[in-house]
Amino acid sequence: MRTALDIDAAIERMVSYIRTENIPEPLLIGIHTGGVLVAEVLHRKTGITEPLGTLDISFYRDDFGRVGLNPQVRASHLPVSVEDRNIFLVDDVLYTGRTIRAALNEIFSYGRPARVILGVLVKRTGRELPIQPDFTGMELELAPDQQARITIEASSLAINIAEIPG
Amino acid sequence: MYDKRAGMPTVDLTIRNGNLVDPANGINAVTDLHIGDGMIKAIGLPPSDHSPERIVDAENQYVFPGIVDLCTRLREPGEEYKATILSETRAACSGGITSMVCPPDTFPIIDTPAMAHMVQNRAQAAGFASVHPLGALTIGLRGEQLTDMATLADAGCIGVSNALVSVENSLLMRRAMQYASTYDIPVFLTPKDSWLQGNGVVHEGRISTRLGLPAIPEAAETVGVARDLALVETSGATAHIAMVSCRRSVDKIRAAQNRNIPVTASASINHLLCTEDNIGEFDAQYKVIPPLRTESDRQGLIAGIVDGHVAVICSDHQPHGADAKLAPFSEAAIGIAGIDTLLTLAYTLVRDGIIDLETVISAMTDNPARIAGLDCGKLNSGSPADLCIFDPDKPWQLNEQTMQSQGRNSPWYGTDLVGKVTMTLKRGEIVYET
Amino acid sequence: MSAQPSRSIQFDDQGNLRHFLTIDALPAETLVQILDTAESFIDFGLREIRKMPLLRGKTVVNLFFEPSTRTRTTFEIAAKRLSADVINMSATRMSTTKGESILDTVRTLEAMHTDLFVVRDHASGTPHLIADHLPSHVRVINAGDGRHAHPTQAMLDMFTIRQKKDDFSRLRVAIVGDILHSRVARSQIHALSILGAREIRVIGPRTLIPTDIQSMGVNATTDMTDGLDDIDVIIMLRIQRERMDGQLIPSEQEFFNRYGLTEEKLRFARPDAIVMHPGPINRGLEIASSVADSSRSVILNQVTNGIAVRMSIMARIMGGSGR
Repeated sequence: MRTALDIDAAIERMVSYIRTENIPEPLLIGIHTGGVLVAEVLHRKTGITEPLGTLDISFYRDDFGRVGLNPQVRASHLPVSVEDRNIFLVDDVLYTGRTIRAALNEIFSYGRPARVILGVLVKRTGRELPIQPDFTGMELELAPDQQARITIEASSLAINIAEIPG
Repeated sequence: MYDKRAGMPTVDLTIRNGNLVDPANGINAVTDLHIGDGMIKAIGLPPSDHSPERIVDAENQYVFPGIVDLCTRLREPGEEYKATILSETRAACSGGITSMVCPPDTFPIIDTPAMAHMVQNRAQAAGFASVHPLGALTIGLRGEQLTDMATLADAGCIGVSNALVSVENSLLMRRAMQYASTYDIPVFLTPKDSWLQGNGVVHEGRISTRLGLPAIPEAAETVGVARDLALVETSGATAHIAMVSCRRSVDKIRAAQNRNIPVTASASINHLLCTEDNIGEFDAQYKVIPPLRTESDRQGLIAGIVDGHVAVICSDHQPHGADAKLAPFSEAAIGIAGIDTLLTLAYTLVRDGIIDLETVISAMTDNPARIAGLDCGKLNSGSPADLCIFDPDKPWQLNEQTMQSQGRNSPWYGTDLVGKVTMTLKRGEIVYET
Repeated sequence: MSAQPSRSIQFDDQGNLRHFLTIDALPAETLVQILDTAESFIDFGLREIRKMPLLRGKTVVNLFFEPSTRTRTTFEIAAKRLSADVINMSATRMSTTKGESILDTVRTLEAMHTDLFVVRDHASGTPHLIADHLPSHVRVINAGDGRHAHPTQAMLDMFTIRQKKDDFSRLRVAIVGDILHSRVARSQIHALSILGAREIRVIGPRTLIPTDIQSMGVNATTDMTDGLDDIDVIIMLRIQRERMDGQLIPSEQEFFNRYGLTEEKLRFARPDAIVMHPGPINRGLEIASSVADSSRSVILNQVTNGIAVRMSIMARIMGGSGR
């Protein structure tokens, strides 16, 4: 299912939040892979000067024992130390909250940040952990058998909502 | 501890409509076989005084002379935890084997007449296949002093052998052959150069290279064969080269036989069916000595059987317990328990059109009998009725229920097979029947 | 009617890598995944907290029947960085002891809920044997068995080559010295061949080159001048001094003269050729100090990469192993 969701407006909402917070020299970190796509756009639009950080949380996931490792694991890349820094952590879709839990653990393996602010493009229903975003592009009510994925189409972001078979 | 079966009354019977294959007498025909008083009385029409108590219908089955297996290890005395004379002679009968030759490397070693008598007596008491020991060539198989060969022969040893232990001293080997020939005692040889063999466990070739296992080069055997043939040629001995594994050994033996050197040879069924490649990823069930070699070597052995220069197919039966192969390959036990499957597997060579039936049966009956000096392996009227009935189409699986040997070490364990002995007679007694 | 050939036990029914016993017959995709995953770990040692929770609550037993402090230590560090509990068992066993005692040892440890065995033994095939007799949730990594395989060493060598030379398909690689006894060489040959190296050469005297080595897809040569011609990667193997009893090579001096890697011989190779060695080095036997310590040598990179590659392999095979 393709929906005519207003991504541009959602992004603008997030950009506006980051600007309003007016935090000196923040770090922007995106979570692979959709979160990185969103973070790249935000990084460009907000003009944050510190280089973008990326996290692959595969090694911090809590379902490793059940499903194993993703075949394609990327290296996490945090070009600047997180110690005592203010961080905007960005993901595409906030669903169960488990990815954010893993991302926080990974960030803390690099050091102790001063503050982590969570922003997501899509806040959907289905939380399993007590994790809520500080700022949001849009909110969607989705059934458990529906999946929202962010992709790049013609160099702009798109949301795909698909039924999970079975 | 022994089934006191000897002396059990024999049954007069007639086996009807079986395809009787008796290469020694040039018979391959569907006919009837009549047995009385433990003897073969007639083939074809029944003798006038024959009144069978039982008639066995062998339609669509073969009737073969009882198989004579030139190399079987019974593990008794010394390793009864692996197998016993009772267990293995009984298992042999379930595979159609009625006469077994055993090498002298028991514990203690068969280098005295007492040991030779003991093995035969226990087999006789068990009442299944007969056991014909080879006496040790040297005392303790140590390759230093000759045994009392003539006495051993008088005690029933059908030949002398140093089993798998190489006699490194060529002078001693020459004298052993000379001495044995004085009394017309056949010498059974397993030629190898122990230095070239080293601590090898597989054929030197692509498998040893890939798996990084200590290797046995072909030359370990061919050097030994060349030396022993040279010694046989000049010593006057009659020799049997047991279980050659490579093509070049067959070539040397063929050349020697063509020069009328009195030498015969055998191959194990394992070497006729398998190659080094069967070892795959360290499958120790295929660990045998001499090692399984290349496909070219296997074809060379088959050619030797076909042209008669390798006259015998044997099982090289070496039973072990279930755990003997549960070790790293180089430390796993050597050998395959093969008496249950010898005939079944040999028949696959016939079914696949590789060797004709008469040649295969001859290589397991009259040829080994002649080499061992035994009066069996054929279906002559007036001879003891040692024979088996074989259903070539009967499917079965080698498993815990069907495997009669106490050994469990077979690469065919757990696999489906076709062709099974349905009845075996030893001196007219039914010693096996499905 | 021959029994079925045994199949590799390295994969489960779903095609996931369960054990890491040999590189032989692994798909290229698997090797590339291991190398890629190792990239994620390469600067992990620089983090504030050098631990990730991947193997938290798992027990790894380093079961070394043959002593090796170096290899055991890198496995231990790798496992600990993945948050596993590590138990080091330096067991000794006689080669004449019945094999059952190996399996007894392993089953005893397994009964204490071991999740991964890292096995080293002097006999080829021991890790296969162990993997074949464990419940399916228990994993085995081969840390070197006899002359057979040392797959983790070969993978860290491939990782090091990939760091320095990106495209395997253009590489000519020479492996020099005692090929016959080398489990490292066998695993390297498989890995290079699977990753598509343009040419693999082995160089050594005929006493140290195994029969039919060509069947593994390599060219064998006995001369360093020809052998190093146009070579991009030179892998020098360690000569086990205790094996050189005058029967395989006449003397260390003659071996060094013919096969020892000196600056002069290095000139036969390509000008940008790198020099590798699995360590520990016998200076002046297989390699001259001036070469081992030169800018062409990547021997220390190999050591550094060892931990990341072993973490990667553990991460790859331990996935989905929850009971």
